[in-house]
This record gives sequence, C-alpha cells and structure tokens, in this order.
Amino acid sequence: MPVLRSAKPTDPGAPGDPGTQGLPTLGEVIACSFTAGDMATRRVLADVMAGLIKAGLNDEDLATVELILAEALNNVVEHAYADGPGPVELSVALQSFGLACMITDTGRPMPTDDAPDPPLPVIEPPADLPEGGFGWHIIRCLTSDLTYRRDGAQNHLSMTVPLMDLN
Amino acid sequence: MNITTRNSGRGLIITVNDTRVDAAVAIEFKETVRTEAEGGAGPVILDLSNVTFLDSSGLGAIVAIMKLLGADRPLELAGLTPPVAKVFRLTRMDGIFTIHAQAPDDLKAAG
Repeated sequence: MPVLRSAKPTDPGAPGDPGTQGLPTLGEVIACSFTAGDMATRRVLADVMAGLIKAGLNDEDLATVELILAEALNNVVEHAYADGPGPVELSVALQSFGLACMITDTGRPMPTDDAPDPPLPVIEPPADLPEGGFGWHIIRCLTSDLTYRRDGAQNHLSMTVPLMDLN
Repeated sequence: MNITTRNSGRGLIITVNDTRVDAAVAIEFKETVRTEAEGGAGPVILDLSNVTFLDSSGLGAIVAIMKLLGADRPLELAGLTPPVAKVFRLTRMDGIFTIHAQAPDDLKAAG
C-alpha cells in the first residue's frame, strides 16, 4: 500500500483558507513511498492526482502531470526494476515555477549518465511503425530541468512540469 | 479489459469501456482487440471516447494492433478525449491514423 504524506511548508493563506480564486496552493508537497509495479503506479497516480485537484490545478495541467509521472514510473518498473520490484519514492512540490517532481529508486542505473533523450522513432507506415520509444520523448516535450543522477545504489530523477495557471 | 464490439456500414467498431489504457493493461488490451477483430474483413474503428488516460504503453499497444491487423484491415480511431489526443499529437501519431471525431453510428444518430 502506498504511504501518502501531505504537508504545506509555507501556508500564505489563513487557516482553513481553501486557496484564492481556485489558484493552486503554493508550497503544497505530496510524497509517497511504495513498491514498484504497474498496479502500484495506478494507485499512486490516483492519490497524487486527488491531492493536486485539491491544490487547485486545472484539468489540462492535471492531465500533463499524470502522463509525465506515469511515463517516469513505467520506466522504473520496466527498466530499473526489470529483475524484480523494489522501493520507489515519489514527491511533487508546487512551486512558483511549476510542479517539481522527484522519483528515487534503488534499481539498475540508466544506461547513460543523463536521462535519455531519444529522437522520435522514425515513422514509416505501416509495417515499420514503432511500438515503443515514446515515453522519454513525451517526458522531454512536457518538462524542463530534467535531471538524472546516480547516487550510490540510487537513481534520482527530477523534473519540473510548467503549469499554465502559474505562467 | 472491458470492450464492446458492433458492426456498422463503415466497419467493425470496437468501443473501449475502460477509462485507462496504460502499462497495467496494454498487453491485455492488445490481445482482446486482436481476438475481437479476428476473422473479419474491412476497417476496424477503435472508439476511445471513454478513455481519459493513455500513456506510451497504451499508444504502443494501438500501434501494435494496427500492425497485427495488416494493410487489408485499416485501424481507425474515433472519439479521442483531449488527454488522449495530446499523446497522439506529441508523438506525431495523429498523422498516421484516420481519426474520427465520433464513432460512425453516433454520427448517424446525431442526424
């Protein structure tokens, strides 16, 4: 079961203030720890999205965040933990510049020193159409400050999702 | 994976009743659609109007279905919700598929 923690390090509003004019609540942090897996990814995404709805993100930003987190978590399941599931930590923090996302796992390192930046697969319909290789392209398209770091036995992936309501 | 199949003058319409086509169901989704379409002829129209989340695994499954069906049975898409349309646009797969605003029967019903 994912463990969900929610905290507001800085709360500019009055106690119980639901936020001003439906704008996202800056400083909102959602963090969870879980064991990697396809169904765990679904549960965690549902929890994080529920938190971000409460924080006031609009539908389009919510869809973008869900897609990026799904792609990053799928990558952990499929590649980092290709030999078997292990622990994952995910945190998202609402900042003035967007949603800062961090994912940590203790699986295999990425094959390169940096997060992959593959070109979009060549599209030659119909027989040679690619069935994979889209995930990192989607993440690169929709995030800024994408950073990968191997620290001892841990993979750290961080990225920022620019949010429309904040720009 | 919950899908509904019906025939129309335009081809076999396969409606996905689940809201998510993601890594958790991609393989099952591909197999289910392949089984449903087996033995028929003509275009297959995948009605995605109930799907509000599609990731690259789901997209890969749709591409795989298109390839499995082959050139004689073109795979067309219908009813893409905004989050799903965005994935097709970002990966430029929107140029590969014929995409209908709605499944053909719905168009007829709407007059």
